[in-house]
This record gives sequence, C-alpha cells and structure tokens, in this order.
Amino acid sequence: MNHTENTDISHKILLSAYRRMKTIRTFENRLHEDFKAGIVPGFTHLYAGQEAVAVGICSHLTDQDQIASTHRGHGHCIAKGVDVMAMMKEIHGRQGGICKGKGGSMHIADLSKGMLGANGILGAGAPLACGAALADRLEGKGHVAVVFGGDGGVNEGAVLESMNLASVWKLPLMFVVENNGYAQSTPQHRTTSVSSYEDRARGFGMPAVTVDGLDFMAVYRTAGELIAKMRAGGGPVLLECRTVRFYGHFEGDSQAYRPAGEVKDAWKDRDCLHIFARNSGLDRAELDAVDRDVEQLIEASVQEALKAPHPALNELNDGVYVSY
Amino acid sequence: MASPILMPALSPTMEEGTLARWVKKEGDVVKPGEVIAEIETDKATMEMEAVEEGVLGRILVTEGTDHVAVNTPIAVLLEDGEDASAADKLDLGPKAEPAARVEKNVPAPASAPQAPASSSTTEIVEPEWGETAEITVREALRDAMAAEMRRDEDVFLLGEEVAQYQGAYKVSQGLLDEFGEKRVMDMPITEHGFTGMAVGAALSGVKPIVEFMTMNFSLQAVDHIINSAAKTRYMSGGQMSCPIVFRGPNGAAARVGAQHSQCFGSWYAHIPGLKVVAPWSAADAKGLLRAAIRDPNPVVVLENEILYGKKFPCPVDEDFILPIGKAKIEREGKDVTLVAFSIMVGVALEAAELLAEQGIDVEVINLRTLRPLDTETIIKSVKKTNRIVSVEEGWPVAGIGSEICTVAVEQAFDWLDAPPARVCGLDIPLPYAANLEKLALPKPEWIVEAVRKQFGD
Repeated sequence: MNHTENTDISHKILLSAYRRMKTIRTFENRLHEDFKAGIVPGFTHLYAGQEAVAVGICSHLTDQDQIASTHRGHGHCIAKGVDVMAMMKEIHGRQGGICKGKGGSMHIADLSKGMLGANGILGAGAPLACGAALADRLEGKGHVAVVFGGDGGVNEGAVLESMNLASVWKLPLMFVVENNGYAQSTPQHRTTSVSSYEDRARGFGMPAVTVDGLDFMAVYRTAGELIAKMRAGGGPVLLECRTVRFYGHFEGDSQAYRPAGEVKDAWKDRDCLHIFARNSGLDRAELDAVDRDVEQLIEASVQEALKAPHPALNELNDGVYVSY
Repeated sequence: MASPILMPALSPTMEEGTLARWVKKEGDVVKPGEVIAEIETDKATMEMEAVEEGVLGRILVTEGTDHVAVNTPIAVLLEDGEDASAADKLDLGPKAEPAARVEKNVPAPASAPQAPASSSTTEIVEPEWGETAEITVREALRDAMAAEMRRDEDVFLLGEEVAQYQGAYKVSQGLLDEFGEKRVMDMPITEHGFTGMAVGAALSGVKPIVEFMTMNFSLQAVDHIINSAAKTRYMSGGQMSCPIVFRGPNGAAARVGAQHSQCFGSWYAHIPGLKVVAPWSAADAKGLLRAAIRDPNPVVVLENEILYGKKFPCPVDEDFILPIGKAKIEREGKDVTLVAFSIMVGVALEAAELLAEQGIDVEVINLRTLRPLDTETIIKSVKKTNRIVSVEEGWPVAGIGSEICTVAVEQAFDWLDAPPARVCGLDIPLPYAANLEKLALPKPEWIVEAVRKQFGD
C-alpha cells in the first residue's frame, strides 16, 4: 500500500503524535518481556502494531471528549493522555495505580482524561459510548465520543444495536473498527459477512470510511474530517482502520494459527512507526531524542511500579458502594 | 381466670421432649418473657418463657419427666389475686391436638413447592465402576464430549475458538479432526446470537453443546439460557424440549480482574427449568458432562479453569456416567459436615485435614449438582454430625450456602447443635491486586475458623 507523506500536519502535532505512538510501543514491548519473565500476571492483551489508529484519532480529542476502549486498551489510554506511571502501577497491582490496583490491565479508566474504561467484555463499550454521547448532548456540551472495537468485537449484538441507536438519535459518536484480521485466533473472513465495514454502516444509514490504519497521516486526516463533521451535528460515523496485531491475542498465545512469516513480515514491513518515520518529514535526530525519553520513562515506570507498595489491606472492602 | 401452660414445640418437627427443670416454683409471680422452665429435646436444651403475666399456680408435670408430648398442659397460670384452688376448677380437658398448633399447619416447605428442585426420594445408587486411570479434568471433559458425539449423531459442539484453535482452554482438543466442521463449529464473537441459535436448534430436535469461553460471557447470552431454554418446555405445555448443554469455566481464575472472575452457581441454580452441575474431579467432569449431554433438559455445566490441568483417577469403563442430582461424600466424618462444590471441594478437604489434626472429624460432601440439590445426602449427614458449614467461592448474599443452610434448618433443625454457617467469597467484585485478591477468596483457614465456631471456639 502507498502511504501518504506529510504536507499539512504541523511539526508540533507530529512530534507529539510520535511520542505517544512510541510510548505505546515501548510500554507494550516491555510488558511482553515482563510477562514472559513472570513479572506481569493475568490476562494482558497488547496493542503493539496498532498505534497509528489510537493516536491518529485521539489527537483530535479533548479531555472532555470520551472514549470507550476494549480488552486491548493500553494504546487507547496512552493516546488519550492517561498517566503512564499510574498505568504501569495498575498493571502491577500496586498503590498509585490509576484504579488503586483493583482493576488491572483490562479495566483501566481515567475519567479526568475522558477515558471511560478498557473493558473485559467484547462489544460492551459501544452502548456505553452511546450513553456518553447522549449525556453530553442532554447537557448541551458539544463534545463527541469514540468507541474502539476490533473485527471480533464488532460482531457483538450490542455493537449493532448501538449503531442503530446512534443513527436514530444522531449521536456524535464515532465507531472505530480496528480490523487487525483476527478475532482472537479466528480470521476475519470466517466470522464476518462483509469484507468492508462500510457495507455494514450503510445498513444503519451511517457514513463510513476505510483507511490504512498503519498510516498515521491518513488516519489523522480522515479522523479529523469525520470528527469535525460530528462536532457540527452530523451524527455518527464509522471508521474502519486496517491494521496489524504484532503480538498474540493475549500474552502467552503462541499464534500457531497465523501463516508462517506473517508476524515477522509485519514487524519488518508493516510497522506504523517505521512508516511514520519515513513519511512524516521529521528529522531522525528528533525522533531519536523522543525514543531516548520514552525508553527512560518506561524504565522508570517499571521501577516505580515494582517499588510501590501493594494496596493497603484495609482497602479490600472499600469502594463497592458510595455513601451519601 | 386460670389458664393452662402447655408443653411448647421448640421446632416445627418436635413432637415430644423432656421437662428438664422448673426455673419458677409454685406461687412465683411470672412476667412475659421470663424463663419459667427448661425443655430438652434429643438435640438441644431450650428455655421456655412465659407468654402471659400471672402466678404459677400449680405444676402438673414434675421436672425430669421424659416424653412429654407437645401441647400437654404442664402447669396452671393464675391471674393476680386468684386462689390456687382455681387451678382445680380448670378443665384441662383432652389434650390439644398437636396438629392444631400454628407451626404444624405450615406446609412442609421441602415438599410440594420445592419438589421439582430437590432430588426424588428414591435412592440413586451409583454402581462400582472399577478400574481407573489418572487423567486431567480437561481430558475428562473432552472424552465425555467425544464419547457422546460418537454415541449420538445429533450431538454437536459450537462456540468461540472451539474448532481450529481446539478450544480457548484446549478442552475441545481433537474434536474437529474426529467429527469435522459440521459438528464442531467456530462461532463469531456473538454470544447472544449463537446461544439463541443453539437453543433454537435444540428446540428443533438436535443436541447442541454450547461452549462459553468463560461463563462470564454467558452473561451476554443469559436471556436465551433463561427465557428461551429453561422456560420453554413449561410454557409450551410440554410440547417443546430443549436438550442443550451450556458449559465453560466458571469462577475466579487468577489475576484476571473482576469482570472475568465470578461464580454463577447461585445465578443458574435459581432458575426452574435448568439443571446445574459443578464438577470437581476428572470423574465428576466426565460422568456429569455425559449425563448433561444425554439429559433432555437444558443443563449448565460449571467448570473451573484452575482445575482443568489437575489430574484425578477416573473410571476407564466406556459406559461410565454419573447421575445428575446426586452428591458424593468425599470424606466420611462424624463431627461436622462441610458441603462444597467445584474447586472448593479441594479446599474443604484441605480444611478437613487441618481439623483432623485438631481432633475434629469432618465429613466432606461434594455436591456435584447444584440443581436439583441432593438434600437427602446433606440431611442424612447433618443428622449424623449435627453441624453443617457450606463452602463456596461465590458471594454470600442469596448464594448456594443460603440454600444449604435453609435446607438444614427446615429439615434437620432438631439435630443441629450449632447454627448452620457459610464460608463464601467476600462480598466485593474480585480485586486485581495480588494481595487483595488473595484475601477475597475462601481458603482452608476460613473453613477451620467457621468449624471451630460451631464448637463454641
């Protein structure tokens, strides 16, 4: 695929976008290593490979615009500006974790950043994001909402119901389909009746666009146009981003179901960070400086997390209800 | 006017007791709520309180008398100022019929209304299955499905990742190879849709096994499990049958967070029309899953991820199957009954070891089936040990333990030497942090503590 070169996006935006994409990649690579080493527990689903999608879209959002994420949510969190230190502590289940160590990888949320939450249940984010958009409209605030989902989760009935609801009520909600080709291990064509989600959106009377999700510039421009239309009252839209998953469905997944060489080739030829470096027009020296910063940040976040105390035992029963 | 004081019924099933001791003597003034006597049954000594104010005019049954029937006049109460001779004028008449007492008129709760949920009174006898081999719970489940699929062409498996990936937890390993893609079907991530489809297929005469990647995702499909599968036979006046199995790992795994860690035992056991089994060992898994597949009713099979890799001896007999609705006594004991299911059976057995060291002889019942509940085995055990503690991983409120304790109170009240007790998971969503998670799920020490309380410690 031909990737677009930058001619119009400002230096400042590009540099900030690169920092976020690189932060996601480094964060996820580190978790991959630490999971193998037995330091990170449980179910961890890594976003590496898909960075251009989250960052390309979230670059257009403010802290008041809300997003609903998935089980593969670290990238959406970082793209939306959630504190990396607090995320790392959460994944290690420590004090200072963004959810006090009670949520974990699949339940990271930060309302102050408009991050409604990662979600362990596929498709659950769509109706919640409809709700965010509805609440915003009831209060007349003029913000938008975005729900991320994969080619697997988007088949859930709740997502299809949400598409209808959003269209009927003309909600300012963007459905992002991150099509990485696999619903866990099952190839997309074996689970989905259409080859393009534009066809599905059409059935709901919703405009839809497909972009190369590896191309930050393309995602950024397309998302920018669609979000601007939503802000102007244009109703819901669907954006399909064709992308690639660098790691398994979850950490520990051997990926034996992927054709030989697919993963290796993806790292070599389909890396959104390489494509960005080639086409953004930014100096390699600038990018290298960001890389060094980010490496230090992630290393520090791990060290901080490992040093942080475990949650206080007297917090065990707190927070099931709130008193009033 | 003088009135008789009658021998009280201290429980709905009590028919007679011993008048152990008079606390008040003739001529004493008594006030409502004051203890006037002590009554012994074969299981407990209880205090009898005065209901009305007056003077204890005459004692009719001396202390130490055995076999005093309920409602026998045992004393005469005089009104203030009345002479003791008033007692003589009182017509004590024929003894009031015990059946006239309010308690006796309450329909026995375990009979008619609950009959469908409790096991039938005919004793189910398990045959001896002979030789065993050590296999994992995972293999046992796979073998059960394979055996039933060979036996009945109408049986097929569907779910996410069950075919080409061989199961998200590798339970369906080898089934695609043997039975082909018509009978081992990968589903899109559409639980509500494919569960409804499977129920529709079952109503139309085939026998689906629906695998949920975890039972947490059955929540997406719960409407079809309850409204379409469980109720349809009844609603259709018996026309429609729904021979279907819903299975998958249930309960907490480890460090996977609150949405992926919960026990659905009491959720599904609540529903008339469903049967619910919860295997612990490989033999439980194989025998109960085979029975579930053959059952013409919808059956929920609650497996456990942590148990999948555990090995247990399992009968090698090709016909091996277990009855639904029959619990198993895993360990015999005489001092206290522990009732558990699924992974908590192992925890209860560990607790039993610890308690044995302290001189307490524990009986451990593996429920195997949550609905219909084998109340017969539970009650028989309680009548022997006189103490019962239920153990479950799920939450306490309206849990399986609530049901077990109620059954014990309703059906064995007079045999109980201590209030029935529950050990449950904490009443919170499961926390993610390692140290908090560890505090939230039952462990042997909790059971030891609950049992020791039964002995007044």
